[in-house]
Amino acid sequence: MAERHASTFLASLRELTLARIREFLREPEAVFWVFGFPVIMTIALGIAFRSRTDEPVIVAVERVAGADAVLAALAGAGGFVVRDVPVSGVERALRDGIVQVVIVPGTPASYRFDPARAESQVARLAVDRVLQQAAGRRDAFTPREDAVRAVGSRYIDWLVPGLLGMNIMGTGMWSTSFAIVTARTRKLLKRFAATPMPRAAYLAALIGSRLAFLVLEGVVLVAFAWLSFDVVVHGSLAALAVVSLLGALAFGGIALLVASRARTVEGVSGLLNLVMLPMWVFSGVFFASSNFPEAMQPFVQALPLTALNDALRGVMNDGETLAGLWRELALLAAWGGVSFAAALKLFRWA
Amino acid sequence: MPPEVALACRAVVKRYADVVAVDGLDLQVFRGECFGLLGPNGAGKTTTIEMLEGLLTPDAGEVEVLGQRWADAGTALRPRLGIQLQETQLADKLSVSETLRLFRAFYPSGRSVPELLALVGLESKAGAWVGKLSGGQRQRLSVACALAGNPDVLFLDEPTTGLDPQSRLQLWDVLRRFKAGGGTIVLTTHYMDEAATLCDRIGVVDRGKLIALGTPDALVQSLGTAHVVEVTFEGGTPPPGAWFTGLPGVVEARVAEGVVTLGSSAIHATIPAVLTALAEAGAAVQELRTHSATLEDVFVALTGRHLRDG
Repeated sequence: MAERHASTFLASLRELTLARIREFLREPEAVFWVFGFPVIMTIALGIAFRSRTDEPVIVAVERVAGADAVLAALAGAGGFVVRDVPVSGVERALRDGIVQVVIVPGTPASYRFDPARAESQVARLAVDRVLQQAAGRRDAFTPREDAVRAVGSRYIDWLVPGLLGMNIMGTGMWSTSFAIVTARTRKLLKRFAATPMPRAAYLAALIGSRLAFLVLEGVVLVAFAWLSFDVVVHGSLAALAVVSLLGALAFGGIALLVASRARTVEGVSGLLNLVMLPMWVFSGVFFASSNFPEAMQPFVQALPLTALNDALRGVMNDGETLAGLWRELALLAAWGGVSFAAALKLFRWA
Repeated sequence: MPPEVALACRAVVKRYADVVAVDGLDLQVFRGECFGLLGPNGAGKTTTIEMLEGLLTPDAGEVEVLGQRWADAGTALRPRLGIQLQETQLADKLSVSETLRLFRAFYPSGRSVPELLALVGLESKAGAWVGKLSGGQRQRLSVACALAGNPDVLFLDEPTTGLDPQSRLQLWDVLRRFKAGGGTIVLTTHYMDEAATLCDRIGVVDRGKLIALGTPDALVQSLGTAHVVEVTFEGGTPPPGAWFTGLPGVVEARVAEGVVTLGSSAIHATIPAVLTALAEAGAAVQELRTHSATLEDVFVALTGRHLRDG
């Protein structure tokens, strides 16, 4: 009897997984969003955050007495772009990032800049150095500069694992929960519940089919980043695959839980955003999660996307082995397992 | 030997927030019969069938399926039942045979996909996507899914609602074949002709209660009138019902919405008598129709409303 039960479970799991994969592949829009979107995102961000080594500093100089001397000093030093900004437009030009610093000539000169912007701070230092030297300051020493441009230490190298993690979360959450809510509104879940289908097999098949897509998705993104930005995987590809699979399992489980009761697509969309928004912000996709205050770290570190991104960066950037990432992997497994069990309990079939 | 009971409801009650959907229903369905639950929309047919299917739990009373209760033997019962729900939309982008293979996988034993296709006459559509099927084909596929596990009992909730006449006939054929193989069928319908054609016995349900039970013939005979005469008049109000009751063969007379409905046990005597009496009284007859009494007349006699009124 138990054996017969197990074979029904496996047959159900296999057919449900195949059905899900077939349905997905027959939905052209879904295929685009899963495979095309991460690539477009990588291209856009790769361009926006490409390593800027000789970017000019953009300044404005107020047309008052002494302006000519300032302009001459900047022109002599090189590397500055001077924009004409009317006096009334200074605030706005700084806010919009049209100029990075505004110089008001005088004795002493004053700098208007936005200290909250890194590029504004850098511009202020660069301008100050040139003007101080023009006024006669001598540097105490000339340092030797050693610019790091090696592959593996650029922003894009750090960004790609984060994008991969965000993608594993996003596509997993959206596609799984939408599939559930659609089947629920079409009363297909109720129809399944009226058969002897093992209910855990239905949930497991949703996660299982995700793993199949993930292989394609992950390969597309990693291969694209490697071919167009020279982003390399320092650790083993097998370790990267294991980390990605565990991440997909964790977010698959969370998606099941999020969609376990929702009756409408609108309802589940709201819940998904609520669940994912903190992770987009806190989990170190675009900037390091260590930027957040110490008091928030226990929360930030408990988020599954933080664990996934840390583990992906561990493998891709630092060449870590799976053993070295056991904490992150255990956290992901726990998120997946607990969510799956809770979803099975809470799931609304009718 | 008394027939074996396949399904039983005893004093079953189901309430929703503000309505009592099923109100103390008693019912028995025997092995090998086709049992029809007949009633207007909202009568409690779907709620009743879903309690038998184990999809809803009654608030009071007992439900027994194949001698067992859902609470005790749910997992053992499931594979023995084939269930077709009223509102299910199967996945549009799976093919007919993929859908059948999926449902077949849920059952420990059952029929093969080609067998199922042949059973419902969808062999030529095996590779077509469900989304491309006509309403009748979809409904047959839905029944084929319910037959995938080779069930002992087949539940159908309004299987032919919205279908064209030919599709209905095709589906009726499928059900007759299932029954010929020894299967038990419970179906709900608000088509009296469907109930009369397919069902061995019929339970008429109205407002959550069983108001009549029997074979289609017995129900019609219980009216005491083999024929029904309906008369409408040109202008003016028709004479009151009592005006007709003394005429030959007239067993019963009712007037509703300008139509006089007479139940007659001797149609050959009633019609001439009615026409003569009306002519003498100077009433201008617009239309006179007559038909053999049907389940619809039974329902109207029991409730004063028509089945389709809802």
